[in-house]
Amino acid sequence: MATPVAAVGLKRPTPLRLPQRVLPGFGLTLGYTMVYLSLLVLIPLSAVFIRSLGLGWGHFWDVVTAPRVIASLRLSFGASLIAALINVIFGLNVAWVLVRYTFPFKRLVDAIVDLPFALPTAVAGIALTALYAPNGWLGIWLLSFGIKVAFTPLGIVVALTFIGLPFVVRTLQPVLEDLDKEVEQAAATLGASAVQAFARVVLPALWPALLTGFALSFARAVGEYGSVIFIAGNMPMKSEIAPLLIVTKLEQYDYAGATAIAVVMLVLSFALMLGINALQHWALARHGGR
Amino acid sequence: MAAAEARIAGRRPASSRLPLIAVALLFLGLFLVLPLLVVFVQALAKGASAYVAAISDPVAWAAVKLTLTVAAIAVPCNLVFGVAAAWAIAKFEFRGKSTLITLIDLPFAVSPVIAGLVFILLFGSHGWFGGYLRVHHIRVVFAVPGIVLATIFVTFPFIARELIPVMQAQGKDDEETALSLGATGWQTFWRVTLPNIRWGLMYGVLLCNARAMGEFGAVSVVSGHVRGLTNTMPLHIEILYNEYNYTAAFAVASLLALLALLTLAGKSFLEWRQPELRHAAAQARDRTRREKT
Repeated sequence: MATPVAAVGLKRPTPLRLPQRVLPGFGLTLGYTMVYLSLLVLIPLSAVFIRSLGLGWGHFWDVVTAPRVIASLRLSFGASLIAALINVIFGLNVAWVLVRYTFPFKRLVDAIVDLPFALPTAVAGIALTALYAPNGWLGIWLLSFGIKVAFTPLGIVVALTFIGLPFVVRTLQPVLEDLDKEVEQAAATLGASAVQAFARVVLPALWPALLTGFALSFARAVGEYGSVIFIAGNMPMKSEIAPLLIVTKLEQYDYAGATAIAVVMLVLSFALMLGINALQHWALARHGGR
Repeated sequence: MAAAEARIAGRRPASSRLPLIAVALLFLGLFLVLPLLVVFVQALAKGASAYVAAISDPVAWAAVKLTLTVAAIAVPCNLVFGVAAAWAIAKFEFRGKSTLITLIDLPFAVSPVIAGLVFILLFGSHGWFGGYLRVHHIRVVFAVPGIVLATIFVTFPFIARELIPVMQAQGKDDEETALSLGATGWQTFWRVTLPNIRWGLMYGVLLCNARAMGEFGAVSVVSGHVRGLTNTMPLHIEILYNEYNYTAAFAVASLLALLALLTLAGKSFLEWRQPELRHAAAQARDRTRREKT
């Protein structure tokens, strides 16, 4: 009795054909995405690496270990590190205040946090220089304490702090909004002080977001050019950032030198990003799971 | 006890609240508001007539026109790409998706100066295609095409990364319904998808445009700085500034600062229309990372 249908010679009903992908356009859009990405980003970027291969290892090593290049890389990465740390501290403060408290003009303050995303870097550069120059509004005041900001490495840190702030605030805000206030309240009822509750309960939950904000702010700062060159003073060995050295080499038609520095910057940045990514996985595995 | 009760009630004692707000506002005031203010003060330092003279200078106008032209080409290019990439990534499952998202974000990790350098290495006189371009009398580098290419590179991820989370949140039910009712693929896209993502689309365009008009590093490397021909507004500001013509430099800068304020206002408006937009990109990043873990 298993196959009565076949036995009587009736056709089996054809199963309703459901195509694998109902929506059209997968091939077209993915194809276009890949072609556009390859032509405008991947192939141009690979040009830097392929051109640097043509230098030969000896020449490449000579270029990137020249004292001026080392000094510029150390300055770029060092100043970016300090600026990103400043941004983590004050960015956490700003994000906390915006999420947890109410105060007058809060919406306006929240909107202005994005200013560094919206203001062109050249404008930020000349504005910060005007502020911190020895005769500027802040410069004149700082000079009375013997602190020079513009045309010193300190000026570079100021510009990089300006550029990186929104990355930290905008990464922290959604996480803080999601964070259960009840956990802190539970800590408080159990007798924890505000500081204890923050350090033991809030901070561990924020680590992954803090790392992400730090990484984004740092990555942006390492490559930053426009806002820095006006305020830096650009003295070789002292206040010359690596991107500026690339431009200087290009202006001297030293394409090999420019390419070699670019490769070192790209490799260092990518390696740092990978390291921070690994750290985030570790932090998420340990504290995450929210 | 009172402090503990206040905390339990969900409010920190005023002792930590006020200082925290004060420090945050002081920091934002010093680092963000003051630089913005100084642009306008310096621009008007020599009076309104000097300001008007500076921004009605023909060379300044040529820079404004070039900046608008470059943005008018670069933003639509990245818009089409952003919609295509978001469609493929949000509506379909395929292998290598998270790698693709990482690659789309790649230009954010590259210094603008290097973004300019890559196009010199490709299209400069010593570049891969330099010989071909010279023979055919085509100028890419130190001309407008190079500026457009560099601008597209640095603004590449903006629209895609805003649209991907928006489209992911929309799902594909609406589109499937439209298709089952007999709409064609294009009709579905124009009549169903596009209206659904319009706020996200505008959001991405707004951010992309702000960066396209303000880009300095990448454009500076490929422009060649020909006054009146290949100088965008940010490059023109640099030239004026280096000539110690501060009033004119800040006058042109004030136009870009106004653009920045308009961008922020537009951004706030769109976030008010669609609150999910605010943290869409950050949350998408968070989600992909957690999926990987």
